[in-house]
Amino acid sequence: MDLAQDVFRYVEKMPGGNLILTTTDSLFNWAKANSLWYLLFGLKCCAIEMMAAGASRYDLDRLGLMFRASPRQTDLMIVAGTVTAKMAPRIRTLWEQMAEPRYVIAMGSCAITGGAFFYDSYAAIKGVDEVIPVDVYIPGCPPRPEALIEGILKLQEKIKKESLTKR
Amino acid sequence: MTEEKKISREELLATGENIKAQYNFLVFITAVDYPERNVIGMVYHLRSLGNRDTLIIKIDLPREKPEIASVAGIWPAAEWHEREVFDLFGVNFLGHPDLRRILLPPDWEGSPLRKDYTKPGVIKRPETIK
Ligand code: SF4
Repeated sequence: MDLAQDVFRYVEKMPGGNLILTTTDSLFNWAKANSLWYLLFGLKCCAIEMMAAGASRYDLDRLGLMFRASPRQTDLMIVAGTVTAKMAPRIRTLWEQMAEPRYVIAMGSCAITGGAFFYDSYAAIKGVDEVIPVDVYIPGCPPRPEALIEGILKLQEKIKKESLTKR
Repeated sequence: MTEEKKISREELLATGENIKAQYNFLVFITAVDYPERNVIGMVYHLRSLGNRDTLIIKIDLPREKPEIASVAGIWPAAEWHEREVFDLFGVNFLGHPDLRRILLPPDWEGSPLRKDYTKPGVIKRPETIK
C-alpha cells in the first residue's frame, strides 16, 4: 500500500477526543513496529534458524527487519542461543548500549530457561530474562523461521498497543 | 596404526623430545578425572603426518596436587590445550609461557570438569529424568 495512504488509514480510525496525541501515538508505533532493526546476536545453533529467517527464503526484510552489527543502531535484540555465565555481562552491556525504545526476543528453549543445559550445567544461565527483560519468548529447539516470524508479528502487535506517555 | 603408551610424568619431556621428529602433529591434550582412583589422567593425542600413525600418551597425576611439565616448547599447539586443561581440571603446567584461564571468566573459582565440582545454582538432574 502507498505509504501516505497507510498513515492516513490510521489517522482516520481515531475516535473523537484527544485527536493529536493518539495520532502521534499510532504514527510513531506504526513507524517503530515496521522498522525493527535487529542486533546480530547468534549465540548458538538457534542462530542458524535466525540466519535462515533473515535470508531470502523467509526474508525478514519484508517486515522491515534488517540486521545491524552495532547495538547503537538497533531496536531489537534476538537472543538466539544459550546464554553462558561469561556471555551474560556482555549481553547486559550490549542491551544497555541499545537506544530506547528497545525490545528483546528470547529465541529457543536455551534462551528461555537454559533448555538442554538446565540440569548439571555450570556455565549456562537459566534463561536470558535473568539478565535483561524479555518481550517475546519463542519456544522450540530450535524454533523454525516461521515461529520466529510469528514472534516478531506478536512483538509488532505489542508495539502497536504502546503509547508515548506510558510503556 | 594406533599405539597407546602409559608413562610417568617425569618421563614426559624426554619422551616428547625423542618422538617429536616422528609425531610432529599434536591433535589434542585433555584430561579425565577418576575420583575413585584419586587420579587425574592426562591424555596426549599425537599424530605422525608422515606415516599417519597415532600415538596416545597417558599419564596419571595425583588428584591433590596435579602438576606436570608443559610440552608447549615441543609442540607449540600445546599452549592453548594446556590452558584449557588448567582451566577445567586445575592441572598446573610447569614452564608454561602463559598459564591463564582460557574459556571461563578470569574470576571463576574451581575446576568445573572435576567430578566433585559443585557451584551454587547448578541444578542436579533428577534420577527420573534421563
Ligand atoms: S534451543 Fe536448541 S537449537 Fe536453540 S540454541 Fe538451544 S540447543 Fe541450540
